[in-house]
Amino acid sequence: MKKVYVHITLKQGVLDPQGKAIQASLHSLGFQEVEDARVGKVIELHVQDSPHLEANVQEMCQKLLANPVIEDYRIEVGEAVRS
Amino acid sequence: MLLTHEISPEIIEKDAIYRDMGLSDEEFQLVKSILNRRPNFTETGIFSVMWSEHCSYKTSKPLLKKFPTKAPQVLQGPGEGAGVIDIGDNQAVVFKIESHNHPSAVEPYQGAATGVGGIIRDVFSMGARPIALLNSLRFGNMTTDHVKYLFSEVVNGIAGYGNCVGVPTVGGEVQFDDCYEDNPLVNAMCVGLINHDEIQKGIAEGIGNTVLYAGAPTGRDGIHGATFASGDLGEDATKDRPAVQVGDPFMEKLLIEACLEVIHSDALVGMQDMGAAGLTSSASEMASKAGTGLEMDLDLVPQREQKMSAYELMLSESQERMLLVVKKGREQEIIEVFQKYGLQAVAVGSVIQEKVFRIKQHGTIMANIPVDALAEEAPVNHLPSQEAYYYKTFQQMENTTPLVEDHADVLKQLLQQPTIASKEWVYDQYDSMVQTNTVVSPGSDAAVIRIKGTNKALAMTTDCNSRYIYLDPETGGKIAVAEAARNIICSGAKPLGLTDGLNFGNPTNPEVFWQMEKSIEGMSAACTVLDTPVISGNVSLYNQSKGKAIFPTPVVGMVGLHESLEHITPNHFQAAGDTIYVIGDTDKAFGGSEVQNLILGKYEGKAPSINLQLERKRQQQVLTAIHHGVISSAHDLAEGGLAVGLAESLFQVANLGASIQLTGEPTVALFSETQSRFIVTVKKGKEARFLELVEDAYEIGKVTNDQTLSIGVNGSNIIKEDVHQLRELWKGAIPCLLKSRA
Amino acid sequence: MRFAVIMFPGSNCDYDMYYAVKEILGKDADLVWYENSNLSTYDAILLPGGFSYGDYLRPGAVAAASKVMNQIKEHAAKGKPILGVCNGFQVLTEAGLLPGALLRNQNLSFMCHYESLYVESDQTLFTSEYNPGEVVRFPIAHGEGNYFCDNNTLQSLKANNQIVFTYQQNPNGSVEDIAGIINESGNVLGMMPHPERAVEAMLGSDDGLRLFKSLVRNWRETYVANA
Repeated sequence: MKKVYVHITLKQGVLDPQGKAIQASLHSLGFQEVEDARVGKVIELHVQDSPHLEANVQEMCQKLLANPVIEDYRIEVGEAVRS
Repeated sequence: MLLTHEISPEIIEKDAIYRDMGLSDEEFQLVKSILNRRPNFTETGIFSVMWSEHCSYKTSKPLLKKFPTKAPQVLQGPGEGAGVIDIGDNQAVVFKIESHNHPSAVEPYQGAATGVGGIIRDVFSMGARPIALLNSLRFGNMTTDHVKYLFSEVVNGIAGYGNCVGVPTVGGEVQFDDCYEDNPLVNAMCVGLINHDEIQKGIAEGIGNTVLYAGAPTGRDGIHGATFASGDLGEDATKDRPAVQVGDPFMEKLLIEACLEVIHSDALVGMQDMGAAGLTSSASEMASKAGTGLEMDLDLVPQREQKMSAYELMLSESQERMLLVVKKGREQEIIEVFQKYGLQAVAVGSVIQEKVFRIKQHGTIMANIPVDALAEEAPVNHLPSQEAYYYKTFQQMENTTPLVEDHADVLKQLLQQPTIASKEWVYDQYDSMVQTNTVVSPGSDAAVIRIKGTNKALAMTTDCNSRYIYLDPETGGKIAVAEAARNIICSGAKPLGLTDGLNFGNPTNPEVFWQMEKSIEGMSAACTVLDTPVISGNVSLYNQSKGKAIFPTPVVGMVGLHESLEHITPNHFQAAGDTIYVIGDTDKAFGGSEVQNLILGKYEGKAPSINLQLERKRQQQVLTAIHHGVISSAHDLAEGGLAVGLAESLFQVANLGASIQLTGEPTVALFSETQSRFIVTVKKGKEARFLELVEDAYEIGKVTNDQTLSIGVNGSNIIKEDVHQLRELWKGAIPCLLKSRA
Repeated sequence: MRFAVIMFPGSNCDYDMYYAVKEILGKDADLVWYENSNLSTYDAILLPGGFSYGDYLRPGAVAAASKVMNQIKEHAAKGKPILGVCNGFQVLTEAGLLPGALLRNQNLSFMCHYESLYVESDQTLFTSEYNPGEVVRFPIAHGEGNYFCDNNTLQSLKANNQIVFTYQQNPNGSVEDIAGIINESGNVLGMMPHPERAVEAMLGSDDGLRLFKSLVRNWRETYVANA
């Protein structure tokens, strides 16, 4: 069993009002150095290990986890976990 | 294996661990004498939650008895999930209000969301389809970022839950005062519709019948009391324990549909929501009400986390869970209904003859308690009451009129006071239209929901001017009920009954207890005169902010019936040329008023007086006139007095104005908050008929089409304002306050 | 003409849609639970609003991945009228039956009120009873109704007259004020505003009724007239 993290973010070019709000709020707290903020999500999967693990997770992303019209995703295979 | 790290009965007594769990010394002795032994850890926890104010009303019970709860229209009074009132044609309306103040102070989004979820379950556990939600909210003045955060997150939480679950949020009120700064009030009310023959009760009848657990699995949510006494559970256990419950409105939506499908099965005996004190209260109350006992095996309870103790399972406040009692042998048909909706339903125990509440885990009996000891026989606290010191001072004060120089300017400032200003920012975030029954949406005195397939509709409102109640609890209590009824009347409906959300400070303070006592007496008197029995309610105590009690805030949630859709009447002026009347005399009534707070920065003096007989007569006359079709709009006069009432009446229909002539002292005529007054408009040609039906009506002017509010007093014009500009100020105030940084 | 109103777990405008079609329009309609449904006996498929699967992951995403969508895709390919409103629109874009996606409203808040819409095209199965350019009032009630598509998609939507409704005053940040679009073949309409909530004047507007009437009339002209 492996932990797999799928990081999903809005594509560049898609307006991210939540990110904008966070950026504005950080500025008002004095963190002027923040030039951009993007909000995404992380999906943590516990997946049975196999040679096809990464390919399968790719397919999961395409079929369900991410919407390619608006989102990018990145797959990170993490540590082994006990089932 | 679990027992090893639990505190022993001896230690619980010797080290008075029970005190930290919420039992007093006397209560602990009582527990011992009931059991004829020392309670173990789980039992101590069960007694402490069941004897808490929230479950037992131990402090407020003697006061709650004062409320009139019976009337011919009442099918179910207090004591079940929610009260039920007959509306004819085999139909009934089910409603209740409940507070979620403390959870909302800690985590405003989830606190408010789970408050909404809980009250919805109370209503559908009766077998009723939830058809509307209302919210009565109180916050500090929006001068700090924290108050703004609480306000926006509470609204967000209500929206997040209510919108998803598909019950329209149609009304309520929001008020702002410093006394709520650290202790916001979040009272949610749900209204449901049911046929008489479908009314369910939370009873565990029929020896041998099966107890079913349905909905979400149990986690360690909201087990507040546990942390202190369970050091030996290990640091990690404490750390993992979430402080507040998290709501899942999607699960709730599925539960609603499943439960409303299940009520059509005659295999169902009883059903109750697992609310506060979760499994403990639902199971023991169902048995106590039926005169039976109940046995449960905790190993069968669906669990979200590992290694949960009996104590944790029994006290968890995980959301979206229901307890059902079903006929033995017919469990499967009920379970299948839940499965259709992807929900878990499992048998966890059975109804037994012996009137005890018996809990097993891993083959060991973890609790064995007489059921009535937990529910009906919970001890009652008789607390001392003492007239508040400030009250004497206020009563001795003369009625004075605040000094106003520029009346137009004061009107503009009043319209921007957050309590008066438009709450569009709030209700635009609520789906107020789902279920397609909302005839009058948020922003009116009362919301109106039509009943499909009939010519009837329900009017509903929440109300409570806590400033008056602070100044004079008894008078203020009367006003709270009367004003709610006035709102219902203005919509054209007859008030049927109410639910109360009683929010007070620390009752062990005799002055706070006195506020409770007097306000309940005042409310009861008004309920009797206005024929609006109390059918359900909730008590929330220990509401303190900065070491001081909140203003006593017994919120009234009232429902009324429109016998005909034709009676539905708007609050706002409808057409130019209509004659405007004020019903009722105006006197100097500034104690607790908006203009007093604006000019003096505080509330003091006497609350406005109220004559309940006069109130009743006037309400009946207004309603009769509406039913005779002579009134085209009706609005009650409340915060800010006549000037604010006139302005508000112009904010809905485009392009209207009003030309008004008043007499008397200008500040009194414009801003006094004299009670039992209405502002109505009458179509041309119907004036004579109107005046036959309604006494004490004074013509004050006409609706115009010049978009100007023009008010003369004693012949000289003192207000001449562009309606559009007034509306912008009124509409913009709350968004503006939220944007400005503290 | 028979309508199917698909109920997903978490749909909450399903009864409203059913009521509008059955009681107000007066046509045959069934509420059809998403599992084990056979849609072949229906003449039109309606995907109602709500929060299917709690809007978890992305609004409409989980419903779009459910088996019933395979059937719906087949019927869409055969030209059967399919209407998705609010969450139904989100399901249709997630399922790829309509281009683009629905993002969070620009102000990040859920919003519920009436909006005035332009009927951009009366040349569809759903809008033939309206006048081109007519302004109608429908309620909106959504938190994620901000229509987004890339520039190429937008150009082709325009070129094919696929933009059916636009907001008079854009409430949520949608590209080109888009409130509703149709697929290229003209039988799948998705829109954020709720026509089913606008079928009775007592509740504020009955402008939505003609959308359903358009469907009925076009169906009758195609099937009954030819029969």
